Amino acid sequence: METILTIKPLIAVLVPFICAILIIIYSKHPNIREGWSVGAGAVLFLIVLSMLPDILAGSVIQYTVIEMLPNLPIKFKVDAFGELFALTSSFLWIFTTFYSIGYMRSLKEHAQTRYFFCFALAILGAIGIAFSANLFTLFIFYEILTVSTYPLVVHNETPEAMSGARKYMLYLMTAGVFLFFSVVAVYYYTGTTDFAFNGFLDGHGIPVIMLKLLFITFMIGSAKAAFMPLHSWLPSAMVAPTPVSALLHAVAVVKAGVFTATRVILYVFGVDLMGETGLGLMMAYFVCFTIIMASIYAMTHDNLKKRLAYSTISQLSYIVLGVSMLTSSGITGGMLHIPYHAFMKITLFMCAGAIIVTAKIENISEMNGIGRKMPITMLAFTVGALGMAGFPPVSGFVSKWYLLLGSVEMNQLPILIMLLGSALLNVGYFFPVIYVAFFKKPEKELNFGEASPFLLVPLVLTAIISLILGIWPDASYLFLELVKVAVQNVTSGVI
Amino acid sequence: MIYDDFPALIVLLPLFAAFTVPIIGYFSKKSVPYFVSLATFITFIISIFNLQTVMSSGTISYTMGGWEPPWGIEYRIDYLSAFVSIVVIFLIFIVSIYSRKSIENELPGKTVPFFTIFLLLTAGLEGLIVTGDIFNVYVFLEISSMAAYALIAVGSNRNALMASLNYLIIGTVSASFILLGIGYLYMVTGTLNMADMANILPAAFDERPKVILAAFAFFLVGFSIKVGLFPLHTWMPDAYSQAPSAVSALLASTFTKVAAYVMVRFMITIFKPEFIISTVNANIILAWLAAIAIIAGSVLAISQTDFKRMLAYSSVSQIGYIILGIALLNQMAMTGGIIHIMNHGIMKAALFMVAGAIIYKTGIRNINDFKGLSKTMPYTSAAFTLVALSMIGVPPTVGFVSKWYLALGAIEADMWVFVGVIMLSSLLNIVYFWRVFENMYFYRAEGGKVDEVPLSMLLPILILAALTFLLGLLALYPLKEIMAPMVQILLPG
Repeated sequence: METILTIKPLIAVLVPFICAILIIIYSKHPNIREGWSVGAGAVLFLIVLSMLPDILAGSVIQYTVIEMLPNLPIKFKVDAFGELFALTSSFLWIFTTFYSIGYMRSLKEHAQTRYFFCFALAILGAIGIAFSANLFTLFIFYEILTVSTYPLVVHNETPEAMSGARKYMLYLMTAGVFLFFSVVAVYYYTGTTDFAFNGFLDGHGIPVIMLKLLFITFMIGSAKAAFMPLHSWLPSAMVAPTPVSALLHAVAVVKAGVFTATRVILYVFGVDLMGETGLGLMMAYFVCFTIIMASIYAMTHDNLKKRLAYSTISQLSYIVLGVSMLTSSGITGGMLHIPYHAFMKITLFMCAGAIIVTAKIENISEMNGIGRKMPITMLAFTVGALGMAGFPPVSGFVSKWYLLLGSVEMNQLPILIMLLGSALLNVGYFFPVIYVAFFKKPEKELNFGEASPFLLVPLVLTAIISLILGIWPDASYLFLELVKVAVQNVTSGVI
Repeated sequence: MIYDDFPALIVLLPLFAAFTVPIIGYFSKKSVPYFVSLATFITFIISIFNLQTVMSSGTISYTMGGWEPPWGIEYRIDYLSAFVSIVVIFLIFIVSIYSRKSIENELPGKTVPFFTIFLLLTAGLEGLIVTGDIFNVYVFLEISSMAAYALIAVGSNRNALMASLNYLIIGTVSASFILLGIGYLYMVTGTLNMADMANILPAAFDERPKVILAAFAFFLVGFSIKVGLFPLHTWMPDAYSQAPSAVSALLASTFTKVAAYVMVRFMITIFKPEFIISTVNANIILAWLAAIAIIAGSVLAISQTDFKRMLAYSSVSQIGYIILGIALLNQMAMTGGIIHIMNHGIMKAALFMVAGAIIYKTGIRNINDFKGLSKTMPYTSAAFTLVALSMIGVPPTVGFVSKWYLALGAIEADMWVFVGVIMLSSLLNIVYFWRVFENMYFYRAEGGKVDEVPLSMLLPILILAALTFLLGLLALYPLKEIMAPMVQILLPG
C-alpha cells in the first residue's frame, strides 16, 4: 500500500476553522457571514473530493501536524473509511448551510453569529475525527465536537433547552472522560495509539479481562453513537433548532460516535482479536437490543423530531451491528449505512423543520392532511421513511441487504430474524406519519403552503440523492467502492 | 563577573528592588508599578539564563559570600529549581502588569506599600526555590509568609483582616512544625546543607530513627498546611476570596506552588524515595490524602456561589493533583505533578485575573449574576472559556497534559483507583465551570454594550489564556529537554 504525504488533510481541517474566524469578524454583515459558510462548505468538499481518486486506488494520505507528547503526535491519515465519513459530512454541510440560512432567517432567530460559528467548529470536529490517524488525535476532535455543539443545542436558551443541553453535555463529557481513560490505558500497554488495519492491541500481552474492560470503556466513550442505555442525551438534544438536529444529530455527532466505535472495533482491536475474544458477537447482540427497543420507543412519541431521534438511535446500532458481525458483507453493510442513513435522515429532519417553520406544527397528531398543502415536502419525507424501512428503490435497501447477508454469513439466525422484525417496526412508526399527512382530512382550514426555496431545495435534493443511490448502481459505485477498499483493508487475507 | 552571581541575583534583585520602591514612590507614585514590572522582568530573564546554564553544564552550586558548603549557605540550582523559578517569576511578572490598574481600583492610595510587599514576597519565593540550605528555607518561608499575610490583610473590608488572621495563626503553626523538624534534623546530623544532610541521614537513621521519623512527620504536616492539602486547606478559601484579586492571582499561582516545590525538595532530595517507601509508607498516605483533596475540593467548589471562593476550592482540588503526582513516586506521575505546578499556576492566575476583571468592571462576585457578561466583556469571557476548558482537561491544553501524565503514572504505580479519581474530578470540574459558562453566555440579558477592562489588565489575561493552549500544543520541547532530565535526577531509574 502506498502512503502519500500531503498537507491536504490539515487544510481540510483548517478550512472550517478559518471560516469560523471570518464568521466572527463579519458578524455585523449577515450576507457576507453566510457567504463564508457556503464558500467554506464548497471548498472543504472539493478538498475532500480531491483525495478520493488516490484513496480509491488503495493509497493512504498522511500528514503529521505536531508531536504533542512523546510518541503521541497530532496526525492525520486518510484511509477509505475516513474518506467515506468526511465525504458524507462535508457534502451534507453544504445542504445544511443553505437550509440553516433559510430556517434561521424565517424564524428571525437570535445569536446567528454564534450559531454559524459553532456550526463551522462542529464540522471541523467531524472532519478531524474522520481524518485522525490515531486515538489521541481522534480524542482531541471528539472533545472539540462536544464543546462546539453545546451552544447549538442550548440555542433557544429556554429552561427546557438549558436542561436538555445540560444532559447532552453531561453524557458526552462523561463519554469523553471514559475515552480519555481508554486512550491512556492503550498507550500505557502498547506505547502507541496509531490505528492499524487489523488492530494494534494484539501481541502486547494484555490480559483478556483487561481487553474486555477496555472494550467496555471504549464503548462508553463512544456514547455519541447513542447505544442504549447511553442514548437519552439524543432525544433531549432535540430541543436544538432543526438544522442542528439534522446535521449534527443525524450526521456529524452521532456518526462521529459510530465512526469512533468502528475505528475501535476494526482498527484498534481488529477483526482477529474481536473474533478470538468473542467481543464481536457480544457487541452484535448488545446492539440488537438497542435496535428493537429504540424502534418501540419511537412509536410512543407524538413529537415528530423525538420520533426521528429514536429512529436515529435504532439506525445507528445497525451500523455498529454490521461492523461487529466481523464478516465482509456485514462490515460492508454497516459502513455503507453511514452515508446512506445520513442522506435519508437528513431529509427526514429537514422535512420536520420545514413543517415547523411553515405550519408551526411539531406533533404528528396535528398533521392531518398536511400532505395536501406541502406535497413536495411530504413526498420527500416518504422517500426517507421508505428508505429507513429498507424498501427496495431507496438506498437504505442496499445497506440492509448487505446486513442480512452478513447475518447469514455469520450463521446467526436470531440476528436475521431481528433485522427483519426491526424493518417491520420501522414501517410501524413511519407509516402513521405518511397516512396522517396524506389521507386524513384536516380538522381546520390549513392556510400555509410549501416552505421557502432555501428550505425546500436542499431536502428535495437529498431525497433524490437517496433514491439515486438506491436505483442507479453506478451512482452508489462511489460509496460502494470506498467501502470495498475499507473492507479489503480490515479483512485482508482473513475472510 | 556578574554572570557568575546570577543564582544569587534572582533573590537579591527583588529584595533590593523592594527597598527601592518606597524611595521611588516618594518622588513619583505613578512610576512604581512600572519599576516593579521592570524588576521582575529582569529577574525573569536572569532565571532563564540560569536554566540555560543548568542545561549546558549541570547543577549550579553558588556559595554565599564564598563560604564553602556545608558551612556556608549554598544556593543550588538544578533542573527542578531552575524550572520552578522561571514559572514563578514569569507569573509574578504577569501579575505585576495586571496589578497596576487592579490595585488602583481595589486599594486606592496603597500602591506603594502594596508593591513593596509584593517584591518582598517575590524575593522570599525565589529564595525558597534556589536555596540549598535547610535553615535558609525556614527564613525565606517566613519572609514570604509574612508578606502574604500582609497582602491579604490589605483587602478592602474587615473580612480580609479576619481571613489574614486565620491564615497567620495556621501559617505560624505550620512554620513552627517546620522549624521543629529542622531542629531535630540538625540535632542528629549536625549540618544544615541539604546535600550534605542527605548523605548523613541514612547512617543517622540507624542510630536515632525516632528523631528522624518525628522530623519527617513535622515536615509533612507543616508543608501540607503551607500547600493547602485537604483537610489542612481551611485558610485558603477565606484568604483567596477576601484578598484583592491581584493578590489572589499571585498567591494561588505561586505561593502554594513553591510550597509544593519545597515539599519535593524535602521528600526527594533530603529524605530519599527509598526512605519514604520502605520506612514510613508516607507516599501511600499522601497519595490518598491527595485523592481525597481532588474530590473534596471539587465538590466544595460546586457548592459555592462566590466566584473567587469557587476558584479557591478548585485550587484545593488542583493542589491534590500536584501532590498525587509527587506521592506516586514514579517518573510519569512526577512529570505530571511537576508540570502541573506550571500548568495550574498559569490557569489559576488567569482565572483569578478574570475574577478581578469582572469585579473591576461590574463589582459582581456572585456567579448567578454573571448573566450577559459575554456581551459586555467578550474578550475576558473568551479567555475564561479557554482556561476553564483547560481546567477540565480538554486537549490540547496544558490541563490535558497534566492529566495525561498523572493517569499514566497512576497506571504505572498499579493504582487504578487514582485513574478513577482523575476521571471523576474532570467531571466535577465540568459541573462547576459549566455553571459559569451557562450564566455568561446563555442567558439573554438586556442592553449589553462592550465595556472591557483596560488593556493592561486584559493583556495579561489573554497572554495566559493563549499560553494554556500553546504550552499544551508545544509541550514536547519542555517535556524532553527539561522535565525528562529533571525527573531522572529526582527518581533515577
